[in-house]
Amino acid sequence: MTSLNILAQEADEPVDPGGPWWDWAFAWDILPDMLLAFLQYTLVVTVTGTIIAAVLGLIIAILIMVLPKPLAWIVRWASNFIRMTPIVVQLILLFWGFLWLDALTIGIVVFGVHYATYMAEVYRAGIESVPQGQWEATTALSMNPVRTWRKVVIPQALRSTIPSLGNYAISMFKDTPFLYAIGVTEMVTLAVGEIGGTTFRYNEAVTIAGLIFLAASYPTAILINRLEKRLAYAH
Amino acid sequence: MPTPTDSTAAATSAEPDTTPSENPVIEFVDVEKRFGDNVVLKDLNFSVARGERVTLIGPSGSGKTTILRLVMTLEELTGGYIYIDGEALSHEDRDGRRVEVSKKAQKQLRTRIGMVFQQFNLFPNMTVLENITEAPIHVLGRSKKDAVAKAHSLLEQVGLPDKANAHPTSLSGGQQQRVAIARALAMDPEILLLDEVTSALDPEVVDDVLAILRQVAETTNVTMLIVTHEMAFAKDVSHKVMMFDGGHVVEEGHPDKIFSDPDEERTQKFLSAVLGNN
Repeated sequence: MTSLNILAQEADEPVDPGGPWWDWAFAWDILPDMLLAFLQYTLVVTVTGTIIAAVLGLIIAILIMVLPKPLAWIVRWASNFIRMTPIVVQLILLFWGFLWLDALTIGIVVFGVHYATYMAEVYRAGIESVPQGQWEATTALSMNPVRTWRKVVIPQALRSTIPSLGNYAISMFKDTPFLYAIGVTEMVTLAVGEIGGTTFRYNEAVTIAGLIFLAASYPTAILINRLEKRLAYAH
Repeated sequence: MPTPTDSTAAATSAEPDTTPSENPVIEFVDVEKRFGDNVVLKDLNFSVARGERVTLIGPSGSGKTTILRLVMTLEELTGGYIYIDGEALSHEDRDGRRVEVSKKAQKQLRTRIGMVFQQFNLFPNMTVLENITEAPIHVLGRSKKDAVAKAHSLLEQVGLPDKANAHPTSLSGGQQQRVAIARALAMDPEILLLDEVTSALDPEVVDDVLAILRQVAETTNVTMLIVTHEMAFAKDVSHKVMMFDGGHVVEEGHPDKIFSDPDEERTQKFLSAVLGNN
């Protein structure tokens, strides 16, 4: 990488790429910065992005089902288009297209919308899994469409979609390093680009980044599991 | 056959009459229902008077259930007209053209009709009480207090006074069906459609459910349209039995007549097959 070559040439003394494989003191030194980068960017983008994706995904799924055909078709193909193009491309396009917006906002919007299109597919499957008899019962009781969706269809659809939604949230989390493409110094960019690039010590920073990801993903997975069990009906 | 009305003397003509007579609660006029190329009902004409209990019998695929589903607007009517209390349910004749009625008008009529399904179709994400009070509160606009009080008395009536807070999945099939009956009755329907309500139940609980429906029949004036394979029940509760085959009415009449001395050979064959299997 060019930036590394420049750094290496500018250095007064050549950095010794040898040294111990693992330096505890160095790891301890960089930990606060890494955690800060994690909280500031990775976590913020994932949490807000997941909320946007969960809500927008449901809206997309419902719109495709209730809109008149031509409009539903437009929404479906817009959703397919976003889902089938790489998230890095979307980040870069929107970053240069909306220069007045800050990179973090762009990142949140792109992650939220991109994953919303995935979640819409999950919701769609969930909605289709609600038995026909449930819809018929709402007709027999003259329930209006809003009430039908809100009290009968969505609660039952969500039950089967929780695991997939959780997996996409974790997947989004692991995609956050793509933010480097629009200059957001999230945790991995910090570890590889800034810390590794200037000190030539990668082991500590990259390992810590991995461990932080694991420490955040694992409890999330457990939480989703609990939620799934809680939403299951008593048998 | 629809009873002729004396109020509209001018309307009595020899032509096939597409205007409803005033007395029937349900009236089918030249009803046709097709699924693609498959014609399930054709040129079907019959009517049900207020408070009358009519049982539809016949082999599977004869169109009985389709008739109930048409009344509940669960199926689209592909030809002819259905009138509820003299008002067009899905299509009406306007200057010789068959046009759809407004969704609003249809919804208004639909609130007078209740249905109990073979598969119960209770909402599994709600408690028993919520299942019963949802529509009275949010469709009929009743107060929560009244709806809950009514739900408790209906649960009492169907023999499940202590299940208000249970979830449907924790109940047996027979209990679920009793809740479904309570849910339908909570809307105070003028018309109650019973679609093979005991077919999915264990044999030992069938009688419990039928006993409740007998009681409803005896204590209320609700018009009932019943599809069932329980011939003893049909004989006990109905004023009229209609035998269907291939989308046509083979014969109709008082249950005593139909079950003991049917005119048509097709009816005799069907009954001996059904009763023989019992």
